[in-house]
Order: sequence, then C-alpha cells, then structure tokens
Amino acid sequence: MSGSAASLLLLADGRFPAGGYAHSGGLEPTVAAGRVRDVETLEAFLHGRAVTTGATLAAFAAAACGAFGEHDDALLGTLDAELDARIPSPAQRATSRGLGRQFVRAFGAIGPKVPLDRLGRSPHHPVAVGAGACVVGLDRHGAALAVLHDSVAGPVAAAVRLLHIDPFGAYAALARLAPLVDDLADTAVLDSLGDAADLPARGTPLLDIAAEDHAVRQTRLFAS
Amino acid sequence: MRAHARVATELRTLSDGTRRSCVRTLRAEVPLVPRITMAKGPEPWAGGAPEVARVCLAAGAAGPVGGDRLHLDIDVGAGSALVLRDVSATLLLPGPEGARSCTVTRIRVADGGTLVWLPEPLICARGADHVNDVRVDLADGARLVMREEILLGRHREASGRLRQRTRVRLGGKPLFHQDLDLGTTDARSPAVSGHHRAVGSVLVVDPEGAVAPQAAHRLSGEAVVLPLSGPAVLVAALAGDNLELRSGLDAGLARLGPPWSPGRAGSTPIGAEAGQEASHVR
Repeated sequence: MSGSAASLLLLADGRFPAGGYAHSGGLEPTVAAGRVRDVETLEAFLHGRAVTTGATLAAFAAAACGAFGEHDDALLGTLDAELDARIPSPAQRATSRGLGRQFVRAFGAIGPKVPLDRLGRSPHHPVAVGAGACVVGLDRHGAALAVLHDSVAGPVAAAVRLLHIDPFGAYAALARLAPLVDDLADTAVLDSLGDAADLPARGTPLLDIAAEDHAVRQTRLFAS
Repeated sequence: MRAHARVATELRTLSDGTRRSCVRTLRAEVPLVPRITMAKGPEPWAGGAPEVARVCLAAGAAGPVGGDRLHLDIDVGAGSALVLRDVSATLLLPGPEGARSCTVTRIRVADGGTLVWLPEPLICARGADHVNDVRVDLADGARLVMREEILLGRHREASGRLRQRTRVRLGGKPLFHQDLDLGTTDARSPAVSGHHRAVGSVLVVDPEGAVAPQAAHRLSGEAVVLPLSGPAVLVAALAGDNLELRSGLDAGLARLGPPWSPGRAGSTPIGAEAGQEASHVR
C-alpha cells in the first residue's frame, strides 16, 4: 500500500462519523436466527463474509479509487450499476447507498480539498470509500483494505453487544483473520484492474434473506 | 469429454395465418441431447399454450464428470417463446484425476422473445468439482423465467464443490450477477449457505414491469422474494432437501401471481389475439 497510513486508519476507523457503527453487517439477524451463538460460529460468519461481501466490495472500492483518480465519471457510473446487479436484496442496496451518502457527507465536513460531489447524492458505500481513499492519497490497495477491515470489524464490534461472548475471544477471532484480509485485499486490487463487468460478485444467500428479515424488525439494536 | 449443443427458435407465420414459435436449430452432442417435446407440468407464463416451442434436454451420458467441458447455446429469436426443461436431474461426479468440470451456457433472447428455463436440480456428489457458468443477454423487450436448483450431496453424502456463476444483462446493462461458490467450508459459513443442503432461485425478468412487487416478501422457511434493481424479481431459497426447496421457490412464484405462478387456471394464453383461443396441452 502506498500513501498515508494515518489516512487509511482514519477511513477504516469504526468511529469515523459516517454511520458505520450503527450497522452489524447482517450479524444481528443471523444471531436472532440462531446461526451465530458463540465465538466459533462468529468466526465462521466473519470468514464467510470476508470472502464474499468483503472481497466483492473491496474490489469495487479499489476500482472506484482508480476511476476517481483518473476522473473517469463514466466508469464510476458503471461501477454503481454493476454493484446494483450484485445486491439482490433491496434492504442491502438501501443500506449501501445510505452509508455511501453518510460517508460523502462526513468526508465533506472533515475538510478535504476535493469533495465527492461527482459521485451523486447516494453512491454505494464502497464506491464512496474508494473515492475518499483516492482523495486522501491512498492507492487501490488502501481502498480495498479499508473496506475489507470494515466488513469484519463492524460485525465483531456488534457481536460484543449482541451476544454473551468474551470480547477478547471475539477480537482474537478478528486477529486470526488478518492474514486472510491481507490476501483478499491483494486479490481485490488485481480484480479491480479488469473490466467492471468482471468484478467479483460473490453471493451470500443467507445474508440476503437475513437483511430482509431485519428490515421489518420492530426492535433492533442495529440498522442492518 | 467436450460437447457443444445448440437450440434456436424463431417466430413463424403458418399458412393459416397463426403465429407459432418453432425450433430453427437443434444440435445435439452427447451428453447434451436436446429434443423437441410436448408441454409437461406447470409452466410459468407459457401455461401450456401450443404456440410456444418446447425443448427438453436429455443426458446422453453420465455426468458431467471431472474434466468435461460442455457448452450449450440457446438463441430465442425475436417474438418467439421457448420453454426449456431437463428430462432429469444432473448428477455432477468427480473425474478420475480430480479435474474440474465445466458447463458453459450462453443464452440470447431477442426483442419480444421469451425464455422459460426450468432445468432440474444439479446434484453435486462428493468429490465433484464443477463450474456452471450461465450468461444471459436479454434484448430490451425480452422476457425471462430462469430457475436454478443446487443439491449439495446425495442422500447422506457430503457435497462436492459447485461454483454457480450467473450473469444476466438486459439491453446491454447489468441486471443480475451472482457467483455462488458452494459445497466448501467457506460456504458453510452462516453468512453464505450454512448447513442447508439445497440452494436455489428463480429469476423473473419482465421489461414491461409487470413482475416487480412493491417490496421484498419473506416466505416461510428460508425463502424470500427480492425485487431487483431493474424490471426483475429474484425468488431465493435455501432448504434441507429438493422437495422443500422446490416448494419454497413455487411459493415465491405463486406470490408473484399470474402469469408467473405455474399452472394457475385462467392465466392469459400468450400470443392470443382477439377471437383466438389457445387450447392447453397438459
């Protein structure tokens, strides 16, 4: 990765005021369905999410980072459409665009020289993060890492609130995933260099169904 | 084993003035053996109407087995309609040296064309390693009903590996793109397919917008109706076995109502013009 490591940490921080902390990445409905109950099943959830959702969104973030840097608005539009086709759940599309909108707003408020207005009002979250990564001087790899980290760290933070589990055990699971996250980021960068139509599209049937379950839940801790 | 089969349809006007979809090309190559057939069983949209072309794919040999590369091209000509089925489920088997097998299906549906593709399940036996690559190009005014059902292992058998890649474009733009890598440890994650042994979906594309419900709808079991970003709906389901899976997918189609719910009485015969009635062949 080239560019400012401090900038990467800023973008990837779960406490960044762009709403990410309000989302569990599908963990809350998965816990409600009994599919995640303890550290072992949490780790299986994280691993599965990283290689599917994480890998896909990371490739899109890396591609958006490149497209934004090259002022390729047509490609940014194509990335938006290609990602829509990879998210069959309307609740997940809405979540992605909502988080993208919040990211653009927060990013604009923290004072970078280049605003993200070119992305439109509600870009998909990884496209927004990729563009933001470009503005703060990160490369495709930095963009991919930020998104991959978020794809697993978000659910771990949520797990500690959702489940009666040992928080150290939960974070140990996250630490064990670090080599996988690194590998997936490398692959995402390579994937991002090809045609937008060929970007990864790794499906998650259970998460799709969980997202719709969650969208209609009356009492919930997390927005998704 | 390598094989390349083709099916193409076109709309013809017969001597009595009626219009009928006819099979223009039927190229078999073992193990892919397409045959012209009669209406069989409930048909979403087509409803047994005789003016629809019907083809059934028979397996001329066992498998696919590891190392096989099979190609199937489907071309639905402008204004024509095709119902494509399988004679039986496909059993994916390991090859002698553990090589991967691959089926590549390329589908084109021209403007005003309709494809109802209802294959039987893919059963992924232990040790199998298969890629099922489906690419569909729909013209702007084309219509599609496409089912896929995957069974991870036979009864009481561990599953092999199956990568199901589905890419559908409508009017040259991406509509639905999903890459499912099933039967692996990663896939058994609660984020992917968990311990479910049956995974499937039905994609319904209707550019006239007649299909999309207002909101997603959760069905019983692990099944859901998902409006896509475009004039299309995906019914997705996971289950313990093929019966439960088919039941979930049919419940989703029933939720969409006619003409998608298979076998509903009173569904409008397609292609019927004023004064003409299509007789239903069952």
